[in-house]
Amino acid sequence: MGRLLGGVTLLALVVGLGAAVGWAPRDAVQGNVQRIMYLHVPAILTAYAAIGVAFVASLAYLRGRDPRWDRLAHASVEVGVLFTAITLVSGSLWGRPTWGTWWTWDARITTTALLFIIYLGYLLLRSVVEDPERAATYAAVVAIVGALDVPIIHFSVEWWRTLHQPATLLRPQAPTMAAPMVATLLLNLAATLCLYAFLVRRRMRLAALEAEARARRWR
Amino acid sequence: MGFARTAWAVVWKDLLVEWRSKEGMNALVFFAVLLLFLFAFALGTDPARLRAVLPGLLWIAFLLTGLLGLGRAFLVERENDCLEGLVLAPGDKGAVYLGKLGATVSLMLAMEAALFLAVGVFYNLDLWTALPRLLLVAFLGTVGFAALGTLFGAMTLQLRTREVLFPLLLLPPVVPVLLAAVRLTEAALDGAPWGAVGPWVSLLVGFDVIFVVAGLLAFEFVLEA
Repeated sequence: MGRLLGGVTLLALVVGLGAAVGWAPRDAVQGNVQRIMYLHVPAILTAYAAIGVAFVASLAYLRGRDPRWDRLAHASVEVGVLFTAITLVSGSLWGRPTWGTWWTWDARITTTALLFIIYLGYLLLRSVVEDPERAATYAAVVAIVGALDVPIIHFSVEWWRTLHQPATLLRPQAPTMAAPMVATLLLNLAATLCLYAFLVRRRMRLAALEAEARARRWR
Repeated sequence: MGFARTAWAVVWKDLLVEWRSKEGMNALVFFAVLLLFLFAFALGTDPARLRAVLPGLLWIAFLLTGLLGLGRAFLVERENDCLEGLVLAPGDKGAVYLGKLGATVSLMLAMEAALFLAVGVFYNLDLWTALPRLLLVAFLGTVGFAALGTLFGAMTLQLRTREVLFPLLLLPPVVPVLLAAVRLTEAALDGAPWGAVGPWVSLLVGFDVIFVVAGLLAFEFVLEA
């Protein structure tokens, strides 16, 4: 099962990135820079999925105290943070030639950055709490708070920007995308979701082995 | 004991400890006024300029002082195994949470009221007419900040790296509180009608409700972990 998933992931990534570079047509306005989107958009959607999974898994952990739910939440946040980082970096690289700036206080960018910091805090907290059960409980609370907070952050940052100085972004009206573009985007989304599932599975297995090793040492 | 009585007992205990030692309050007010001085040194003493950035300065001062205050709120429980007592106390742990939250909010509000007066004196600004609204905004913002602060404060209490980790955990999720409270403070100072800032009021109240309820439900897990 793991190998199959790994193989599918690799195939999807190769085909997806190949299509992004070679098959999807060149963007009429932005040129080749636009191809970053094929990584950027799937990465953030996968990150949101990861946060959602972590939220549900954390609730389930607090309910039943089954360590498997905690391992799922932990692995999911770890991979989610990775994908959020990819989103921020790829967005920044795209923003420089397109908007003329590495960073702008746009609502979605700011929300993503805060999301990144909140879940980095989650990982940091886990790493310093020594008792595994306590770490799992604390982490679950942070994951739940974070997931509840993200929509509120989004609204507040959006109002902050719009009430402050409306429409500074030179965002061109999104043209309707050509079919090959949509197909490439969806293919890459499937690839990043596979990669997420693959990494989470691996990470959960590693966490289970670590827990077992800890238990043996104490025996 | 009922829920409300347990919560009240915790509030009363915390305020009594504070009243008898006065450690926390003295330190907090002193620190907050010190921040006002630092802001003046950093930005110059021109009243118009200070007035323009005052809402932001005030809330930065509240957040930084609040971090100190919240850190203390649970530190006192570490002495003499008081925390064990709270964990073992009969009744709903949510009541303990509400009590700690109530005590923290009361102390922070007292500090904030003192800071409003200090701003009036040191920055030569007349805040009297806006004071009721300023206090209301301070209350709403402080509840949101302390709702998560009480929860995370209890979690980071036992950690060696508490001083660093606590602000790192707490500050990012309370960004909406900062945004809303600064905007509402600005409106209060300008005497703008509530209607103009209605969405911010709902956002702040919504944040307060969501995270006080989340804290009530989650505190049991945190205390017993």
